[in-house]
Amino acid sequence: MAMTGVTQFAYLVASVLFIFALHWMNAPATARRGVRAGVAATAIAVVFTWAQPFIIHHWWIVGAIAAGFIVGVPLSMVPLTAVPQRTALSHAFGGAAAGLVGTAEFYLGWQEGPGHLTTFKMVALVLECILGYLTLTGSLMAAGKLQEISWIPQRPVTYPGQNIVNLILLAVAIGLAVAVIINPTAPAAPLWFAIIIGLALLFGFLLIIPIGGADMPTVIAILNAYAGLSAVAMGFALDNRLLITAGALDGSSGLILAIIMCKAMNRSFINVLFGAFGQVQKVIVGGEAKVYKSETVEGAAQVLEQANLVVIIPGYGMAVAQAQHKIRELYDQLKKRGITVKFAIHPVAGRMPGHMNVLLAEADIPYTDLVEMEEINTDMPQADVALVVGANDVVNPAARTDKTSPIYGMPIIDADKARMVFAIKRSKNPGFAGIDNELYFADRTWMLFGDAKAVIGELVKQLASGSGMH
Amino acid sequence: MTPDFWPTLFVFVLASLIGLGVIRRVSRLLHTPLMSITNAISAIAVVGSIIVTGSDYPLEIRILGAIALFASMTNIVSGFLITDRMLKMFKTGSKPAGEK
Repeated sequence: MAMTGVTQFAYLVASVLFIFALHWMNAPATARRGVRAGVAATAIAVVFTWAQPFIIHHWWIVGAIAAGFIVGVPLSMVPLTAVPQRTALSHAFGGAAAGLVGTAEFYLGWQEGPGHLTTFKMVALVLECILGYLTLTGSLMAAGKLQEISWIPQRPVTYPGQNIVNLILLAVAIGLAVAVIINPTAPAAPLWFAIIIGLALLFGFLLIIPIGGADMPTVIAILNAYAGLSAVAMGFALDNRLLITAGALDGSSGLILAIIMCKAMNRSFINVLFGAFGQVQKVIVGGEAKVYKSETVEGAAQVLEQANLVVIIPGYGMAVAQAQHKIRELYDQLKKRGITVKFAIHPVAGRMPGHMNVLLAEADIPYTDLVEMEEINTDMPQADVALVVGANDVVNPAARTDKTSPIYGMPIIDADKARMVFAIKRSKNPGFAGIDNELYFADRTWMLFGDAKAVIGELVKQLASGSGMH
Repeated sequence: MTPDFWPTLFVFVLASLIGLGVIRRVSRLLHTPLMSITNAISAIAVVGSIIVTGSDYPLEIRILGAIALFASMTNIVSGFLITDRMLKMFKTGSKPAGEK
């Protein structure tokens, strides 16, 4: 099934369009043009692949594409708080597609006999299947954790010898892979291949169970890279350069996001994947009893009214409480008084890269007021009020000072440097990483206990009634 | 090694470098939409799925292909739609979105 010049040319055009699609994502003003370029590229790829003369079962293709639309359209309409799960689920679909095509190609080649499965093609097929199937189960587990499905544990699951078990499984898989690559037409080869698939499925599952919610942004990025690399492997197996280009773009995107997430947590890849985090810290710092000082909504509203610069620091708790629209109302109330309001966005706030930005954009907050961590930290000493909404570890000063803390060295938003800190917190329990937050006990910090949406709603009410007409 | 190995490897390495260069410049504001658009782009596995589903292959092979085609198509449709939906929400304070 050699490709004609026309098909090759179409694939070249599609590859270029994909590169421009990602290039235009560099700024919000051009990003939607990027989507259009991506759609055009995919449409070209589909049409010219389908139009090849050896494609004869058209109704099968129509049926599968129709089914994809039926499931895809509702999946694109999920609430934005559910975007991390949707993303994980789509990684699972991507992994499944690669794995299934690889499986089909192998069994087809095996049936057709010697000569079809060259060593090169076999290496590509084995890689495609291992990456594809482990992405499938790993992403399903990640999606389950993010969706907080009851029978999937949220906290990391660890057991003694976990890494050794994983390594043994990996060794068995590699051994079988070598056997099937050397001798792809052996009578037992289909069985070996099936066992490799089974191990890849198991491996994806085992890879994710020791990982906690706070590491999800990194894990999603890594799974993104795997899904891309499985498409690359498919490209090698089918000798198709469009697949290789698009897969490589996806792979490098996942890699860069994973690196950014790791840096933002001061951790290495290896540490995220193999060093389960989240055991509750045993050390109790200092002897003195720690007391939260709480403030009333009325008091907090009065302080906010007097401020010149208010920095709001959102975290996953904001998403859970669906507080972003109330925050918009608070933003309006403060803006009306001529107060400058900025949002400090930590790279790992939320459950996936960029999660907070999307939620705040949905609430109509101009993206020009969403400020990255490095930039806002220089302004923090000038801030009259830092308002922490459902963020915890990303504002914990222990990351700067306490060498025994598991988050030591992680870059944080310097909320403690503001003249006054209000922290909205649902309960007195520690955050996802299970670490006590020194910020809450600092001299200038006042706690507002309650559901973030309710507390901010009260603040807005106070400001609206107290202000009169401005 | 088949003769196609080297040119193919060239394409992979160069495409990865382009990817790293382009993605590094994507605004951090847009990392969530970036992830959903790359989801849709990596659903280019649709090409392999169409070949396996539509060619004159045995039934069981084509069934695997059809499931793969369904999965890829789901990612294409939902990936591009949700990316566009999110991007529509990014507005500046004063100017309408889409302006430089």
